Amino acid sequence: MDFLYSVFIGPFIDMASAPDFLLQVLWEGFVAGTLYSLIALGFVLIFKASGVFNFAQGIMAVFAALTLVGLYEAGVPAYLALLITIGIMALLAVGVERLILRHMVNQDEIILFMATIGLSYFLIGLGELIFGGETKSMITEQLGLPTGSTTVDVAGGIVILQHIDIAAAVIAVIMVVALAVFFNITRIGRALRAVADDHQAALSVGISLNQIWAIVWFAAGIVALATGIMWGARSDVSFALQIVALKALPVLMLGGFTSIPGAIVGGLIVGFGEKLFEVYWGGLMGGGVEGWFAYVIALIFLLFRPQGLFGDKIIERV
Amino acid sequence: MFKKITMGAVAVTLAATLQVTSASAGESLYVPQLSYRTGPFAAGGTPIANGFGDYLAMINARDGGINGVPIKTDECETGYNSQKGVECYEATKGKGALVYNPYSTGITLQLIPKAPVDKIPVFSMGYGLSAAAVGEKFPWTFNYPATYWDQMSSIIKFIDSQDGGIKGKKIGFIYLDVGYGREPIPLLDILSKKMGFKVVKFPVGVKEMQSQSSQWLNVRKERPDWMIMWGWGAMNTTAIKEAAKIRYPMDHFIGNWWSGADVDLRPVGAAAKGYRSANMAASGADFPAIQDVLKYVVDKGKSQVKDRSEVGTVLYNRGLYNAVAVVEAIRAAQKLTGKKVIDGSDMRLGFENLDLSAERMKEIGLPNFALPIKGSCKNHGSGGAIFLQQWDGKKWVRTSDGITPMTDLVRAALVKAADKYVADKPGWQTQTCK
Repeated sequence: MDFLYSVFIGPFIDMASAPDFLLQVLWEGFVAGTLYSLIALGFVLIFKASGVFNFAQGIMAVFAALTLVGLYEAGVPAYLALLITIGIMALLAVGVERLILRHMVNQDEIILFMATIGLSYFLIGLGELIFGGETKSMITEQLGLPTGSTTVDVAGGIVILQHIDIAAAVIAVIMVVALAVFFNITRIGRALRAVADDHQAALSVGISLNQIWAIVWFAAGIVALATGIMWGARSDVSFALQIVALKALPVLMLGGFTSIPGAIVGGLIVGFGEKLFEVYWGGLMGGGVEGWFAYVIALIFLLFRPQGLFGDKIIERV
Repeated sequence: MFKKITMGAVAVTLAATLQVTSASAGESLYVPQLSYRTGPFAAGGTPIANGFGDYLAMINARDGGINGVPIKTDECETGYNSQKGVECYEATKGKGALVYNPYSTGITLQLIPKAPVDKIPVFSMGYGLSAAAVGEKFPWTFNYPATYWDQMSSIIKFIDSQDGGIKGKKIGFIYLDVGYGREPIPLLDILSKKMGFKVVKFPVGVKEMQSQSSQWLNVRKERPDWMIMWGWGAMNTTAIKEAAKIRYPMDHFIGNWWSGADVDLRPVGAAAKGYRSANMAASGADFPAIQDVLKYVVDKGKSQVKDRSEVGTVLYNRGLYNAVAVVEAIRAAQKLTGKKVIDGSDMRLGFENLDLSAERMKEIGLPNFALPIKGSCKNHGSGGAIFLQQWDGKKWVRTSDGITPMTDLVRAALVKAADKYVADKPGWQTQTCK
C-alpha cells in the first residue's frame, strides 16, 4: 500500500506542496531538453544526408570546444578564436568529405558508420596530441555569455535561473529553428532530402553529393561547437564531454533519426521526463534513474511508432 | 656428427652465458606504470602519472637508482578502463614487474586475484578494495595510507565535531556510480546506524558526470546538512558548479581525496570558496625532494609536464607520494633480503615493512609532506590519518591536523568484509601474522 501511495499519490502531493520547486524542476528539464535537442540535431543532419549514425559527433564537440579554448589560451582574442574555430570546423567538414566520404559513395551504411568510428578515434588522438588531456575552462565571459543567476520569487518560494542556462536555451532554440528552416525551405535543404533518399538518384538529377556532404558536416560542426561551448560552460572542457553525446541516443530513438522537429520534441520530452521522474520517483529505485529512464520513454514510444515520433515510415517492396 | 653436436652445445652454452651476462649488466628494478593520459579521466590521470614517473626518474638521475640499481619503467595506457588495465598487466608482468599501481579501483579489483598467482603485489594507494587492508586475507594487496572506509570514517568524525555533532543530521552522499564510488557505502550505512544520522544517496552515472542537474535538484529537495562526495574526473567540477548553483553552503560540502584536485576547482574558482576535501599529501613544490625533481628531471626536459607549475599540484604530488612509497618499499625489501635486485615476493615483504615515519620523510627531503605510514603483516591499509584542505577561491589551504579514522569500528567491519570476500573462493591464499 505504501508503495502504491509513493508511486501514485506521494509525488503529486510533493508537487502541489512545493510549486516553486516543481517550476525549478521543469525549468531544468527545459534547459536539458533544449541542449539534448541541439546534440541530437548534429546526428540528425548527418543521418539525413548520408543515412549514417555519426559516431564522431561527441568528439567533434570536444574538438571544437578545445580548439576554441586552446586558441584563446594561445593569445588569440575570444571572438577571433571563435571565428577561427568555425573555420577549422569548415576545414574538417571538407576534409571528411574529401578523404573519407567521397571514397564511399554508394557503399553500405555500415561501412560509413565504421568510417565515423575511425574518424572519432582520429579526432581523439589529434585532440590529445595538440591540447593534451588536461581540463580547461570554457571562456564563457570572454565570449560575452552571461554568468551569475537571478532568483525569481514565485508561488511562495524561489526559482533560481542561471544566466548561462537561459543563454544556452535561447541559443539552442535559435540554432535549432535556424537549421530547421535552412534545411526545410532552401534549395540545399531539398537537395539534402534527395541525397538522403538515394545517392545515385540525387546524382542523376545533378545534385552535387560532395557539396551537400561538406555543407552538412560543416553544419554538424557548428552544432558541435555550440554544444561544446554550452556544455563546457556548465561543466568544463575535457574529453569527458564526448560522453554527453550519448544523451542524444534516446532523443533520436524517440524523435526519429531523420526529423529535425523530432530532435526538438524528442529532446524536450526526454529533458522534462527524466528530470520529473528522477526527482519525484527516482528515490523509489535508489536514485540515478535518469541514465536509463530516457531509454524507457523512447522504448514506450517505439512500441507505438517504430520509426520514432517524426521519423519517415519505412516502406520496402517485397 | 659428434663434432657437430659438441659445437652446437658449445654455441648454446656461450649464447646462454652471453644472455646471463647481458641480463646481469642490465640489472634493474622494473616498475611498470599503468596510467591514463587519454579518455574521460585524463585530466586526473595525467598529473598523477607525471608525479609518479618524475620521482622515479629523479631517483635514477640523482642517486643512480636505489642502492645503485636503476629503476626501469614502462608506461602503459589504460584509459581508466578495466579491460585495458588487465591487458597492460598481462603485457608487462613477464618483464619482472615488482608492483602494480593500477590507479583505478576497477582495475585493482581485476588484479587482486592475479597478484597471489603471479606473485606481484598490487599497491592501490588510498583506493581500491577497502577489505584488502586485512593482511591475513589479502597478503598481496596494499592500500596505504588509508582505505576508503578509513577515509569515510575520518570525514564523518570531522562532521561529528562540527555544529553540535552528527546525531540526527542528514548526510548526502553523491558518488560516481561505479565500483569506486560505491565502495564506502557499506561503512556509511554501518556508521549511520551506530551514530544516528540519516544518509541520502545521489548516484551519478558516468554518462551523467557533466549533467548533474537532477541529482542537485534532489539535493535541494532533501536539504542534507552535509554533503560528502566520492567523485572523479569531470564529475567533480560539475558537482561543485551545481552545488554553487543551488547555493549549497560550500563549507558543508566535503570531497574525498579524489575530489579535491586543482584541476577540479580551478574552473569553478571563487564560486567554490569554502569547499573542503580530504588529502593524504601536501601540495606545493617547496620540499627538497621536489626541488630535486625540478632540477634533475623537469628542468632538463625529461618530464612530461606541460608546464613547470604543474609540479606541486595536488595530483602531481599524489603520484609522487605513490612513487616515494614504492621506492621506500624497494629499499625495505633490499634491506630485508640482502639482495639488490629483488622480485615481487621480496617487494611484498618490503611493503609489509614499509616505515614512512616523520623522520624518514625528512631524510628523503619531504618533511611534513604526509602523515606517517607504518606497514605490517596484519594491516595493509595502515589506517593512517587524513587531513582536510579548503579551497580559498584560488588555491587549496590545509585546514586540519591529521584526523584519525575510527580504527576499531572500521577494522572490525573490514575483517568481516574480507571474510565475506574469501568465503566463496576455495584455495584463496591467506597468511598468518604474528
